[in-house]
Amino acid sequence: MLRFILKRLLETIPVLLVIVTATFFMLRLVPGGPFTAEKAVSKEIMQNLEAHYGLDKPLGRQYLSYLADLAPKRFAPWRLFADADRNGTLDFDLQAAFGINLGPSFKYPNRTVNEIIAGKLPASLELGLWALLVALALGITLGVLAAMRKNTGVDYAASTLAMVGICVPTFVMGPLLVLLFALHLRWFNASGWYIAADRVLPAATLGLVYAAYIARLTRGGMLEVLNQDYIRTARAKGASELRIVLRHALRGGLLPVVTFLGPAIAGIISGSFVIETIFQIPGLGREFVNSAFNRDYTLVSGTVLLYAGLIVGLNLVVDVIQVWLNPRLKFE
Amino acid sequence: MRARLLVAPIPALLLLGAALLAPGCAKAPALDATPGPKILRFGNGTEPQDLDPHIVTGVTEHHIISALFEGLVTYDASSEGTAPGVAERWETSPDKLTWTFHLRPDARWSNGDSLTARDFLRSFQRILTPSLGSEYAYKLHHVVGAEEFTKGKITDFAQTGFSAPDDHTLVLRLKHPVPYLLEALKHYSWFPVHLPTIEKFGPADRRGSRWTLPANFVGNGPFVLKTWLSNQMITVERSPTYRGAVTPRLDGIAFYAVDSEDAEERMFRGGQLHVTQTVPLGRIDAYRSQPASPLVIAPYYGTYFYRFNTTRPPLDDARVRRALALAIDREAIVKNILRAGQEPALHFTPPYAGFTPGEVLRPELAEARRLLAAAGYPEGRGLRRIEILHNTMEAHKVVAEAIQQMWKTGLGVDVALRNEEWKVYLDSQHSLAFDVARSGWIGDYPDPHTFLDLWVSGGGNNNTGYANPAYDRLLATALNAPDEPARMAIYRELDAIITRDLPVLPLYFYKRVYLLSPKVRNWSSNILDNRGWQYLDLAN
Repeated sequence: MLRFILKRLLETIPVLLVIVTATFFMLRLVPGGPFTAEKAVSKEIMQNLEAHYGLDKPLGRQYLSYLADLAPKRFAPWRLFADADRNGTLDFDLQAAFGINLGPSFKYPNRTVNEIIAGKLPASLELGLWALLVALALGITLGVLAAMRKNTGVDYAASTLAMVGICVPTFVMGPLLVLLFALHLRWFNASGWYIAADRVLPAATLGLVYAAYIARLTRGGMLEVLNQDYIRTARAKGASELRIVLRHALRGGLLPVVTFLGPAIAGIISGSFVIETIFQIPGLGREFVNSAFNRDYTLVSGTVLLYAGLIVGLNLVVDVIQVWLNPRLKFE
Repeated sequence: MRARLLVAPIPALLLLGAALLAPGCAKAPALDATPGPKILRFGNGTEPQDLDPHIVTGVTEHHIISALFEGLVTYDASSEGTAPGVAERWETSPDKLTWTFHLRPDARWSNGDSLTARDFLRSFQRILTPSLGSEYAYKLHHVVGAEEFTKGKITDFAQTGFSAPDDHTLVLRLKHPVPYLLEALKHYSWFPVHLPTIEKFGPADRRGSRWTLPANFVGNGPFVLKTWLSNQMITVERSPTYRGAVTPRLDGIAFYAVDSEDAEERMFRGGQLHVTQTVPLGRIDAYRSQPASPLVIAPYYGTYFYRFNTTRPPLDDARVRRALALAIDREAIVKNILRAGQEPALHFTPPYAGFTPGEVLRPELAEARRLLAAAGYPEGRGLRRIEILHNTMEAHKVVAEAIQQMWKTGLGVDVALRNEEWKVYLDSQHSLAFDVARSGWIGDYPDPHTFLDLWVSGGGNNNTGYANPAYDRLLATALNAPDEPARMAIYRELDAIITRDLPVLPLYFYKRVYLLSPKVRNWSSNILDNRGWQYLDLAN
């Protein structure tokens, strides 16, 4: 298993390198640069700005020096959180821990990309975790209920709910929840990320979409498993329905959910632009999209790299869990 | 039991993870509407780039910086006039080229240091230093030698027209008279910064300094920086060292970075904001019909217009441009599409600050058709398809569609629309890669000069290819006009030249539409959306 994990980790290096390279050059090809502004900037000022950020050097040189900044130079994970909680959010320091320097932000001159990511990822992560909790609790419950009462009112109700969850986009669901719970009932703030209660509506909005998928996947997986011989054996031995579901069926029934969760978790915790905008959450999703509009080259590359790392890492975790859940698979 | 063991820990782990992150939120400032400190909650649009007056370029930043710093002069209570700032009085030489400012002897920085004319000199030197790359350095170029200093042609700052005979006197020697100088001085590019603080965090002429973070910040305005939660809000509190004519009444201001107008409107309805930046188009009518509506529609010093690319046929023909300009029903656009009280623009420069137009367009379809035929395109025959470029935004698209329709049915001209993402659009506009391009211009200072200066031949903001030596010659005389009526007469003539030559197609004069809580007292907002924050108050 260790060999499997190490091999997969080594394989990620070229993947990330390709991603960094593609991002770097694609960004430079897009018309408009970080200092393109509505009001004209004089030639001298533009030259000084470009010189300050090294944009006056040949593209190849810029690329190589960016790679050199990116490359990990030390391994000190214990220093990752040494400087934590500086600004009231959980902070981490990639520079101190691994010597990874993602460069200065072009748009926000007094911040580095390392700081922006460290400052914004926690909010996205927290939102994602709460949403995941909503999604799993609701989705698995609905899915199991639907499978156990196949083709009854319960099944139809759960399936309809799941279908609605998939079909109603977050930008409709979010404002609807705000309208009801924040503006009419006055239980929550309409937007913001200041107090614990501010987490409820965004987590519910994001969680509902995933709950819907998980409910459908769980139902399908459970139905397949419930028809298997070993379940029949358990029934024949007189096991209770609850015991059959929890002890025998759920493990196999959740396999499709686990497959789905790998990429889904990467998406869910790396920030949702739509949810973060509706609820004005200071997360990385908003920062990522805006950085592309701002042509903040380093911030775009930094967030792309982070997302790529997250997706690759979580897929690896899912592969490991799948082997664990499914006796027919083996590490090779 | 294996299955249960496997599944059960997942929610528990998630809870644990969330709990670990939770302390982060406990530190965030609590928001409550109960009587106590008077904090104005102001919706401020996008996240500010920085709070360094010599680095930033936006209006968002102007709102915050004008609370944190004070220039030589400032806004009066109505926000339209001028009140003494750090300078308590000033005088001008008879030739209007030398301005002498006498600074308040008790002026202080927020760290208690006294603020002297030398601080201003060093600040002016900093913004003009080439290596800082300040995009607004040009705003100081009225002063002798300032432009040469930015371009590195002179390196000794003593050779420029900035000087300080003593600690409390500041002298500016100008290249030419600047009748609107006091207005220009209210812009943050002229504000003083505390060099000893900046130098603690690196060379003063390098970008990317940390001196503007709350723990390091030193300013001289009515408020000081307290917290900065990026993409959330910036809070400022009353400065104990501020000795201006008026002591701030608010205990503080929270500037919310809200980049979604829908979210902002919901926050206002939920009582989280006292003032918004804007109102979603679809909500304007609903607010308008409310009794005691919080809706405010105020003039804004800007023009919404289309640029013609005068270097490309057939738009190089003034008759074609005129035909297109006369075939537009601006009233219909304003009334049916925009619906927020905008005024149709029949000339380019907004009528304000003593300016009245010398000549206006008189839209008339018959005349438009006649001109198009005279140019060789009767009923649009033989005319190639014209493309309207706009940046991607619904409001621009619907206006462009209306114009497309008007040109098609009125003149038989085929029109295509092309939308581009903001920076791509700016790139196309700067490189004249368009036929007709949507544009807008908000005045830099409340004076017609800021609008008419645009069309100088080869000017950086011209972007139409329009070049008219007669226009340039007349513009050059404006600032040397013997008196204000003579100067306004020159602007009237310049605006009339634009109305005749039409390198641009004026469409409407902007309005600012926003929501204002009745709790806010002494609210004022000038035509550039600026105000002196020290005058505002909140009812409990």
